[in-house]
Amino acid sequence: MDTLSALLHLSPETFWMIVKILVVFAGPLTIAALLTWVERRGSAMIQDRIGPNRAAIFGFRLIGLPQIAADGIKAFLKEDLVPAEANKVLFWLAPLLAFIPAVLGMAVIPFGQSFESGGHTYHMSLLDPGNGMGMLFPMAIGAMAVYGVLVAAWSSNNKWSILGGMRASAQMVSDELSMSLAVIAIFMTAGAYDPHDLIQAQYGLWNVVPHFLGFLVFFTCMFAETNRLPFDFAEGESEIVAGFLTEYGSMKFALIYLSEYIHLVVASALIVTLYFGGWRVPFVANPGPWLSVASFLAKTLFFCWVFVWVRWTVPRFRYDQLMKMGWKVLLPLSLINFLFHAFLMFRRG
Amino acid sequence: MSSPATPFIPLLILLLLALAVGIGILWVSGWLLPRFLKPSNPQQAKLTPYECGVPLFQGSARQRYGVKFYLVAMLFILFDVEAAFLLPWAVQFKSNLATFWVMIAFVATLLVGYVYVWGKGALEWER
Repeated sequence: MDTLSALLHLSPETFWMIVKILVVFAGPLTIAALLTWVERRGSAMIQDRIGPNRAAIFGFRLIGLPQIAADGIKAFLKEDLVPAEANKVLFWLAPLLAFIPAVLGMAVIPFGQSFESGGHTYHMSLLDPGNGMGMLFPMAIGAMAVYGVLVAAWSSNNKWSILGGMRASAQMVSDELSMSLAVIAIFMTAGAYDPHDLIQAQYGLWNVVPHFLGFLVFFTCMFAETNRLPFDFAEGESEIVAGFLTEYGSMKFALIYLSEYIHLVVASALIVTLYFGGWRVPFVANPGPWLSVASFLAKTLFFCWVFVWVRWTVPRFRYDQLMKMGWKVLLPLSLINFLFHAFLMFRRG
Repeated sequence: MSSPATPFIPLLILLLLALAVGIGILWVSGWLLPRFLKPSNPQQAKLTPYECGVPLFQGSARQRYGVKFYLVAMLFILFDVEAAFLLPWAVQFKSNLATFWVMIAFVATLLVGYVYVWGKGALEWER
């Protein structure tokens, strides 16, 4: 660490901050780009097709990976249409409103174990522990994602878009309630809300075991929050064309599309941090920086795959079924989970 | 270097980076490339809102929509504020177990409202 930073004539702290910003910014972005490929190859695998395999760089097909670059270039070169009836400013602003909260989502999540080098302690999260925001930050910034969807829908001035936007806002709002109650139960048993403390509290036993009910609720809500099948009512193409994205094309579409995948990565990282011990490795007390980062990455990628897997396995719900489930099933379940843990702690004394 | 905002400087940099990249992408795609590479051929039919290829049914899409959405938003505010009240309690509960019954009374109040809303049929989406 010291030699590396000395090489660049930076203080170790500044050097580490730059590394962290690059990791937190580029990491989810890279995984999201790869996920667009995983989604298509994975769906092909599940449906017994071949999937994209034609895009090639100098004749090398690389199992379809150049498709990511091909899609990007295509999106840049497509005609940029703004509908005549649309609200021009908001129409251009919506991709930005979708992109920024998505990128900020990873800011407090620790992606590895803190380590010491040359007398300094380096934390593997963009914001150091004890910043006072803790897990509230990703939840708050995740809730901001609805603005991108709503502004895109409203500014398009298209009936499909408005329907999609209204659905998205109502569903995100409905599931946020059960989600926050499930998370509050974790805060309660850990006695903290900083992700570093939450991972510390998961030493020996990951939260998924005592909080299994809460995990089910949180996991289900994450699908609604990220607008993924089986709850992708904001853009359910068999019902409302493409929902809030109907009028979007070119890079504006690609930016919204990309931020949805970044949200997926952040949602996976949240699940891992809250329920699967974050960077912890089973049977290893102190995995150290490299192993812990590898463990966190492996778990996060696994859950990203679960999101893809579920999408191509489970059929879409009906909208009233989702609302019914959110208010009449998930909310009581998360409340029961919360009260159960409160009672358990009270009895143990 | 010890102002209360110091720990959040990395977050500010990340925000600015996200802004720069987002605006940069939109600028390249929406201003720079149309001058060189992108086709630009707007037509009347292209610029109307997409409605499955048929002529526009009604002009603007910004009309009245189901009041259910408004109801859901209102219920959400009510219950989410309660969740927000529970949060500081939950973080402190470990060191102050005697407050258990206070929380039970609070949640019971919440439950009364929940049962009332359910009984009134506010959670039925089909109606």
